[in-house]
Amino acid sequence: MNERKNISNTRLALAAVLTAGGFAAAAAVNLLVPQAADVQINSYTVGSVTLDINGAYRLVLLALILLYLIGAAAAFFKTERRAKFAAKAPFRAVLGCALGAWDVLGTKYLLLPQPFFPGPARIIEAFLAEGGYIGKNTLYSLRLFAAGFILGVLLGVGTGILIGWFPKVYYWVYPILKITGVIPAVAWMPFALTLFPTPFSAAAFLIVICAWFPVASLTAQGVSSVPRTQFEVARTLGANTACLVFHVAVPHAMPQIFTGITTANAFAFTTLVMAEMMGQPGGLGYYINASKVWSAYYKVFAAIIVMAAVFSLIMKVMSLIEGRVLRWRKGLVKR
Amino acid sequence: MSGAEIVLEVSGVSRTYTDDKGNVVEALRDVSLSVQKGEFVSIIGSSGCGKTTLLRLIGGLDKPEAGALTLGGREILDADPSRGYVVQQGALFPWLTVYDNIAFGLRARGVYKENKALIPRYIGLIGLEGFERAFPHQISGGMAQRVAIARALINSPEVLLLDEPMGALDSFTRADIQDKLLELRRERGATMILVTHDADEAIYLSDRIVIMTPRPGKISEIMEIKIPRPRHRGGAEFLGIRRQILEKLHLASAQPQPEYTI
Ligand SMILES: Nc1ncnc2c1ncn2[C@@H]1O[C@H](COP(=O)(O)OP(=O)(O)O)[C@@H](O)[C@H]1O
Ligand SMILES: [Mg+2]
Repeated sequence: MNERKNISNTRLALAAVLTAGGFAAAAAVNLLVPQAADVQINSYTVGSVTLDINGAYRLVLLALILLYLIGAAAAFFKTERRAKFAAKAPFRAVLGCALGAWDVLGTKYLLLPQPFFPGPARIIEAFLAEGGYIGKNTLYSLRLFAAGFILGVLLGVGTGILIGWFPKVYYWVYPILKITGVIPAVAWMPFALTLFPTPFSAAAFLIVICAWFPVASLTAQGVSSVPRTQFEVARTLGANTACLVFHVAVPHAMPQIFTGITTANAFAFTTLVMAEMMGQPGGLGYYINASKVWSAYYKVFAAIIVMAAVFSLIMKVMSLIEGRVLRWRKGLVKR
Repeated sequence: MSGAEIVLEVSGVSRTYTDDKGNVVEALRDVSLSVQKGEFVSIIGSSGCGKTTLLRLIGGLDKPEAGALTLGGREILDADPSRGYVVQQGALFPWLTVYDNIAFGLRARGVYKENKALIPRYIGLIGLEGFERAFPHQISGGMAQRVAIARALINSPEVLLLDEPMGALDSFTRADIQDKLLELRRERGATMILVTHDADEAIYLSDRIVIMTPRPGKISEIMEIKIPRPRHRGGAEFLGIRRQILEKLHLASAQPQPEYTI
């Protein structure tokens, strides 16, 4: 409960103006700087609205401005958010200005190497042109990720418990775990593709393997490091073996299990995208590959932006779950 | 106390350990002790004289090499809720709230539903109302030890084993928990065996004090404390017994030590 410096209303308002100002400047640049280079500004009809890509870009900027103003309003009512919002204001302002600069260099004057670095409006064009298709590929990636990751974590926790609990299992299985742990999962791709009936199940298998390793080894570590007195006390309270495993060893291992899951998460993203680039009928990795073939780098960027958003969201959800499950730990408790 | 029912019988128990260097330590040699129902027995002695070993044997957490232990006439073969066990520190499950720690035994035995009304009562008995939802790291050491005692007592053990439960606490908290133990004993009629190295604590609480000496760990004397309750730590009788115990403990450690290592 450290005493945070209070942010006055004036400073908060200033921070809001600064934050919104950066993006407003980017919108102004887009509107006012003449189109010097020869770039086709296409128009698209979404529902009943017809927009050119510059208009869509400015709409996105407007949405960002509104979002941050809502954030400022929330901070106005929640004191503990004020400092955070104010601290981020300069970064966000510079981000807005950078967007403006990118717009000038990438679209207005075409000074960046083409077609590798399109301007921001062109990246938005990818969503206008084939937003539905990007969405479909995103869903494919999410399905693949969920299938592989959930199965991998469950298997990892299961084997981790066995390895941590039974010395015999440790002896026979741990070396295998260690060996598979150092091999990047995609190295198994050729086998996976022949052994599994569909590309989807082959890729899911690779994600299972890469998630399994860190979760299993950290679960095993956690389970085998329970202080002896905790087991003894539990036994005198009437705990049988199953109770010792699931109500003493596993909860004790929870912090390590979550460390494993976080690592597995990062591995799984990498494996997912690589597997998709190596022969999947869909997914964001597939979409990147397919777009690259047509030199449609603006679509590659669009897919990368979707990945950044989706993966950060998944990580955020994970850390929320972790904070909830591990709320009994010192230091993690906010009061 | 004559004619009272004997709950716990320790007869001729021995236990040796081999340390990392291969030395054989006689943690207990031929130890015998009978404990009556409702009795408060303290075990006192210098560090390493086998107090914890004896308590673990009674708890069924370890097995004797010679001799036998019986509870209500039946041999003690394993740990079970008939003997509650409270240790010095780290005994609470940090991932469970105060409430869930106390409920642990009921849940482990599969009798939570029909007995959960007991939990608020025990929380009341240890004076922790309002802390039900707190996690162990959010409460003081003294509170944590009271929770550990309630967690053991809620199973209605025939004997409550306490291994220096107040060892890590300041003297005010100790006195507070000592009174709580007496209150719980009155209320529940529980039999308690307390390991301590604090003579005052032993005299204040006990019906009998078992004095142990090390190498080999054995019982050197059992003193009956007949001071009427409530006892006053400054009373003449109290101080007299205190002097006796300290002399015996001092004498025990001043004796020439025979060599037992092989
Ligand atoms: N698991 C063990 N392995 C080796 N030596 C042990 C073990 N447990 C106890 N001992 C030894 O047995 C003796 C008695 O220990 P303990 O019962 O813990 O004494 P106390 O509780 O009275 O301090 C000590 O010398 C100790 O080092
Ligand atoms: Mg001890």
